[in-house]
Amino acid sequence: MEKQVIISISREYGSQGHIVAEMIAEKLKLPLYDRKILEDISANNGLKLAELEKLDEQPRSHLFTRRLGNHSTSLEDHLLGMQFNYLKEKADAKESFVVVGRCSEVVLKDREGLITIFIVGDKEEKLKNIMDKFGISREEAEMKRVRHDRRRKAYHNEYSEVKWGDSRGYDICVNVTRLGLEKTAEFLETYIEARIKNF
Amino acid sequence: MLAQIFAVAIFVVMFVLVVIDKIERQWVTLICGILTLIFVFGIGMHSMQAVIDTLNVKGIFTLEFWHTSGEGNESTSGINWATIIFIAGMMIMVEGMAKAGFFRWLCMRLARLVNYKPVPLFIAFMVMSALLSMFIDSITVILFLAAVTVELAKLLKFDPVPMILSEIFCANLGGSATMCGDPPNIIIGTSLGYTFADFLTNTGVIAGISLIVVIFYFYFVFRKQLQAAGKETIDLTTLPDPKDAITNKKDFVISSIIFACAVVLLVTHAATGLTVSFIGVFIALLTLITSGRYVLTLLKKVDYKTLLFFIGLFMVVGGLEQTGILEKIAQLIEHISNGNVLLMVAIILWISAFASAFVDNIPFAATMIPVIKSLAVTTGVSLDTLAWTLSIGTDIGGSATPIGASANVVGTSVAAKNGYLIGWGKYCKAAVPAMLIVITISMLFIFIRYC
Repeated sequence: MEKQVIISISREYGSQGHIVAEMIAEKLKLPLYDRKILEDISANNGLKLAELEKLDEQPRSHLFTRRLGNHSTSLEDHLLGMQFNYLKEKADAKESFVVVGRCSEVVLKDREGLITIFIVGDKEEKLKNIMDKFGISREEAEMKRVRHDRRRKAYHNEYSEVKWGDSRGYDICVNVTRLGLEKTAEFLETYIEARIKNF
Repeated sequence: MLAQIFAVAIFVVMFVLVVIDKIERQWVTLICGILTLIFVFGIGMHSMQAVIDTLNVKGIFTLEFWHTSGEGNESTSGINWATIIFIAGMMIMVEGMAKAGFFRWLCMRLARLVNYKPVPLFIAFMVMSALLSMFIDSITVILFLAAVTVELAKLLKFDPVPMILSEIFCANLGGSATMCGDPPNIIIGTSLGYTFADFLTNTGVIAGISLIVVIFYFYFVFRKQLQAAGKETIDLTTLPDPKDAITNKKDFVISSIIFACAVVLLVTHAATGLTVSFIGVFIALLTLITSGRYVLTLLKKVDYKTLLFFIGLFMVVGGLEQTGILEKIAQLIEHISNGNVLLMVAIILWISAFASAFVDNIPFAATMIPVIKSLAVTTGVSLDTLAWTLSIGTDIGGSATPIGASANVVGTSVAAKNGYLIGWGKYCKAAVPAMLIVITISMLFIFIRYC
């Protein structure tokens, strides 16, 4: 890709936004950064991947952590800092990529080629996706959905002035239930291509 | 009664907000301080005098604020301006030293002196951490020491976490040895009229004995990592030259002289009669005058948030004091201990230690000072004994958890920023036994020497 383009995709739990991100990355032949960021941080710093996964996209505990200026005892803060540095390095190297979550639209907000997307879904559709993926009951899926969305919201809002899911904080918000996964991905690709022409 | 309810409610809200850390702590204490002036002194007590006493501005314009007749001068209640002015002065001096490269040079020089060998380096950095923290705030000490430790660890290929954890503990321990080492000590010293020498000959002795014990303790705990550290052969000529740390030779010499001046003035302030407020202002002025065009840079680097935090905190504690709430707490301790001085010391020491492990030790110490003053009056127990007990409890208790003291936050943060994550488990496994050992030693020492 001639011009640098960074596609930041945030999503509601169960909306299958991650699959949409994979489709876009594949179609545009761009690397996808999601869990891979953790794998690379783990390999580069000699940290256990399992430990990092426990901290990933988690809000910090206000009761058990303390901040002092730009110092913090929160491991969640530090992992996010490492992920921010990782993404900044990729962006500084003029790499084009797709990134899922990690407050990427916050840390990369001043980059010229940034396109921010928020993917939502109808509640019933999301519950069905969660039930199918984990083989759990509707009640369990609902609890899981609420828990994960609450956590993502708290995590995002901790580091961003714009609230998680607030349409004013993203270039485009789309409900994946309306068109289905493939057509939503195609629609977003059209949007991305139009945006790239305007960069 | 209404004033007491307001005072307690404001204090509890302030404490909770400081602990949950959602709003910056200086705004929490300042707003709560203003609410204290309005609701406690205004609506509750209808007392303008209480407001004047708590703001305590008049004291700054008295001779006693700057010079005493040799003995320490006891401050009135309310905002402890001596603490604030002294801390601000030391902040300016420390910024000047840091800009000149003093701390990095000192760390690198010491590492070279011990030939970069892991075990001597481990011990030397612990001792240096304790000694520097006697005169300089432990945040600065750990900021530089932890950064150099990580740098050396990468070059010499060892795990820096054991060293950083030991350095943090020793910084808090060293801070407990003197009046200017740790904020609770500055508040205790200026509020109760103790001198630098008073602290050194009391808490200093406890800290000295404890330092020897914790060096053995940390060596024992981390011996496997330390033994593994020295196995790789490193070309020492590739290591950075300590001289490279000095950014400007002239600034370095000047800042070293100013630091030496500060140490001499602090050590001799009981004899000269100069108060810590005078020393703080004098040292700050010296640093600013000699810093030339960097005056504004140094002034901008002062941690005003901490100073505002102190101002608000003193106002809220002033509300508790003026309404007699703290006297009630003192009566409760007196009742539980039934006049038994050993029990009283144990209660103050262990409660201070455990409370400081989880909440900021500065508000705790500020709140407890009027309590121990009241206890000393009503029970006849020496105020000195209770003051040293409170000082050790708050200073050492803060070492137990990653959030207990500012040095812990900075040390673990520097490690994490360099890829060495230190969680509660790893931290507490090393620090909690050390804290328990030191508090036990301190308790026995206080029992034997003072009770």
